[in-house]
Amino acid sequence: MNAVGLNITWIIFMPILVIIIGLFYLGAARKITARIQNRYGPPIYQNIIDVIKLFSKKNPTNHGVMFSLGPVMAFSGMLISLLFIPIGNKALLSFNGDIIVLLYLLVIAPLGMALGVGEGGNPMGTIGIARALTLMLGYEVVLVISIISVILYTGSASFMEIIKMQSGGVGHWFIWPLFLSALAMDMALQGMLGEKPFDQPVAPHEVASGPMVEFGGKYLGLLQLYHAIGIVVETGIFVNLFLGGGTLFWWFVKSFAVFFVALLINAVMPRFRIGQAFAFFWTYPAAIGLIGLILVAILK
Amino acid sequence: MTKAKPPKGLKGWAQGRSLWMLHFCTGCGAIEMPPTMTSRYDMERFGITPMATPRQADLLLITGYLTVKTLKRVIRSYEQMPEPKYVVGFGSCTVNGGMYWDSYNTIKRLDLYLPIDLYIAGCMPRPEAIIDGFTELIEGIKKGKFDGWIRYKENLEYYKRNQAMVMDIRKWSLDAELAERIWNEVQEERRKRFERATVKHVYELAERIPEGLPK
Repeated sequence: MNAVGLNITWIIFMPILVIIIGLFYLGAARKITARIQNRYGPPIYQNIIDVIKLFSKKNPTNHGVMFSLGPVMAFSGMLISLLFIPIGNKALLSFNGDIIVLLYLLVIAPLGMALGVGEGGNPMGTIGIARALTLMLGYEVVLVISIISVILYTGSASFMEIIKMQSGGVGHWFIWPLFLSALAMDMALQGMLGEKPFDQPVAPHEVASGPMVEFGGKYLGLLQLYHAIGIVVETGIFVNLFLGGGTLFWWFVKSFAVFFVALLINAVMPRFRIGQAFAFFWTYPAAIGLIGLILVAILK
Repeated sequence: MTKAKPPKGLKGWAQGRSLWMLHFCTGCGAIEMPPTMTSRYDMERFGITPMATPRQADLLLITGYLTVKTLKRVIRSYEQMPEPKYVVGFGSCTVNGGMYWDSYNTIKRLDLYLPIDLYIAGCMPRPEAIIDGFTELIEGIKKGKFDGWIRYKENLEYYKRNQAMVMDIRKWSLDAELAERIWNEVQEERRKRFERATVKHVYELAERIPEGLPK
């Protein structure tokens, strides 16, 4: 009975915890970027203030039913993906094959955005979402290749199984035997997180923040929350597959470390054109991932 | 009908600490913004960040003179912003025309057309002055002192009439019916005045300052 009670508490509080920590990630990202650029930067809780402000805004523009459902769909799609990610050795939904289900669920969020943006009818938003979907086509291939090599190595498609196999210290992490796959996935992660050089979808100077162009007030607030969860989910995939999960505290430390690497690259890189980004994903990371996959298949 | 009030408490605090600005960079004020944003003066430490579209912005920054043509776009942008929204006028051009005091195609007093919450005077104001002005704006918003968008809504007819004096508001206004009516009235009044005007008066008619400011 006690275990059931704990589980229910965890189901309710885990998304809230992840949202708050994700917002702190975003705040830390702004602070770290500011320090790299020799600025003082906003306080680390700045994004929480932003979200409170956005939800307290009055009468933001609404273009129709799908326009308001788009951010909701993006947010809930990310929330469902979160259920499949074990955080602190505790997964809400865990079965053999949950990695593959997660790959499908990750697509819901951008598609929800695409539907919402479509009703907004702003050409900037349309360009932005077209770029986001093109970019997705690029990094998903790399992501799937590196995930398949992990599945091939372990013979299991369940996050919990894979985490169990990595237990027993740093030496057991899969980042060592599967180094090439991890490298390929980290490159894909840069695109998933939308950090430079792969921030074409939201490039403020080119397409006026892309998909978000028509969203204001509470819709934008919802998108901020979606972004906050997205960072935790996307870095969480890497942490669980290659860095061995860990207890609640260490899980978030590792997840932030993965995000931190992406941030450092983001702070010093310019932006690719969308064609260059797409070509990049299908050449170097894909080649590295394929070599990793072949090595796993031969050496296994 | 209850009177709308500016946000206070937690909402006001969050609004003050997180101002997303749409900087409408006309004139030379635009050149003062990069130093204010970058490492030397770093505006982001107050939570002020530039935003790409009016839908996301809270703060409209008019950085310099406005031609009549640009005024249309500014009003259009202002009306798209979600409430609460604030307007800051930069430099003497927005106060009284500045060095464009006798120009035929710029407006002289911005507060006839848009509800200004704060002026930052100077020609141009230095980044220190801009930071000082923003600090005052933030403190005022936290206390619920600034209520420009409420004034704009309550005195919509006054503002629309002034706008109609210098530009065609029919295509650009959200309240189409009101705009159409005011436009017709202003045209009629203009025609009458023009018939009995001398050359000196024609010059004044280019921008007529109406009697009395809104209460």
